[in-house]
Amino acid sequence: MKFSAQAGFKEANDIHILIQRRESGGIIIDLESPVMRQFGRDIQRSIRETAERICGLENIYIKAIDGGALDYTIRARVETAVKRLNGGESNGDA
Amino acid sequence: MEMLRRSMLFVPGNNPNMIQNAMVYGADSIILDLEDSVSAGEKDSARIFVRNAIEKLNFLGAEVVVRINTLAGAEGRMDLGEIVIAGLDAIVLPKASVKEVKLLSNSLAEAEMEKGLAAGSIKILPLVETAQGIIDLVEIVRSSQRIAGVMLGGEDLTAELGVRRTTQGEEILYARSLLALSCRAAGVDAIDTPFTDIRDYDGLLKDTRKAKGLGLTGKAAIHPNQIESIHNALAPEEEEISYSKRVLAAMEEAEKEGLGVVALDNKMIDAPVVARAQKVIKMAELSGLLLQGVWG
Repeated sequence: MKFSAQAGFKEANDIHILIQRRESGGIIIDLESPVMRQFGRDIQRSIRETAERICGLENIYIKAIDGGALDYTIRARVETAVKRLNGGESNGDA
Repeated sequence: MEMLRRSMLFVPGNNPNMIQNAMVYGADSIILDLEDSVSAGEKDSARIFVRNAIEKLNFLGAEVVVRINTLAGAEGRMDLGEIVIAGLDAIVLPKASVKEVKLLSNSLAEAEMEKGLAAGSIKILPLVETAQGIIDLVEIVRSSQRIAGVMLGGEDLTAELGVRRTTQGEEILYARSLLALSCRAAGVDAIDTPFTDIRDYDGLLKDTRKAKGLGLTGKAAIHPNQIESIHNALAPEEEEISYSKRVLAAMEEAEKEGLGVVALDNKMIDAPVVARAQKVIKMAELSGLLLQGVWG
C-alpha cells in the first residue's frame, strides 16, 4: 500500500497535489494559492469533494500548491493523485 | 455544417496553460495530445486532465480532437476509457493500420452506446506514419465509416525510411500524393504533416502551398503561430473564386430554366465541378475573403 502520491506541477494555471494517508484526523487540506483570499474556500471545496468522491478514504492529508489553476484542473489533479495513492497506476509515487 | 479542417493544432495534453489558450488562435481543429508530448509517467494524469478539459472548456467552435496512444499498448485503451465523452468530436489514431482503425471503430461504437452518445458521432482521423501504413493507405481510408480524414506523419515515416527530412519535402512526395488520391476518392480530408521549423513562416507557406498543389486539404500545426500561414496558403485564389461564382450562377440559371445540362465557357459543368465550386466559395467565406468583399 502506498503511503503518499502526487500529481500536477508547480506551474502557472496548474496545481501540485501531494496526498498522504493518515491514521486519524479526517481530510486535512493545506493550501497555498496566489488567489487564496478570493478563491481559497472554493479551491478547498473542490479538493475535498473530489477526494471524497474518488477516494473513499477518511483520513488523508493533502498539500496543495496552486499556480492559479481553474476548477477543472484542480479536480483532475486531485483525482490523479488519489488514483495514484490507491495504486491504480504506478506513476507519480512520492 | 460540414467541418473544415484547414488547420489542426496539436496541444500537449497535460499542459493547462496551453490548452486553456489553444482555442483563441482560430485553428479549425484542436488536437489534445496524449501521445508524443506526454511523458510515460504522466499518461495517467494527462488523460484525466484532457477528459475534464473536454467536459468544461469552451473551444469556441473548434473541432475537439484527441490523439490517443497507439492501441497496440495498454495506454491507448486506457485513453479511450477516459476521453470518450460528450464534447469529443474525433480521435487521431497514431501509427494507424487497418486492424487498429477497425478496433477503434468497434470500441467507439460500444462506448457511444454505453455513454448515451449518438451512434457514429465520434470520427476517426488515422495518422499514417509508417511505411506499411503508406502501402495500406487505400485500405485504411476505407476501413471505417467514421473516418473523416487521414493525416500524414512525415517525421516518423522518414525516420523509419532512414532518409533526411528536408524543407523541399521530395522524400514524402509519393506519400503526400497517395494520401491526396486516396482521400479524394473516399471523400475525406487529406491532412498534411506539420512543418517543424516554427519560426520559418515563409517555408511553412511554401510547404503548405506545395501540399495544396498536390491535392491535400489541410495541415497539422505544432505552434499557434503557424495557423495564419496555413490558412493563407490554403485560401482559394482570386481566379478560383470568380470562376466558382460563375459556375454556381450558371447552375442556378439552368435549374430555373429546367435544363439538365449546363455549359460554361463551352465546357460542360457536372456535379463534381459544382461541388468543387461550392467548396471553394465556402473556403473563401471562411477565410474572410468574401465577407470583406476583397474579391467580392
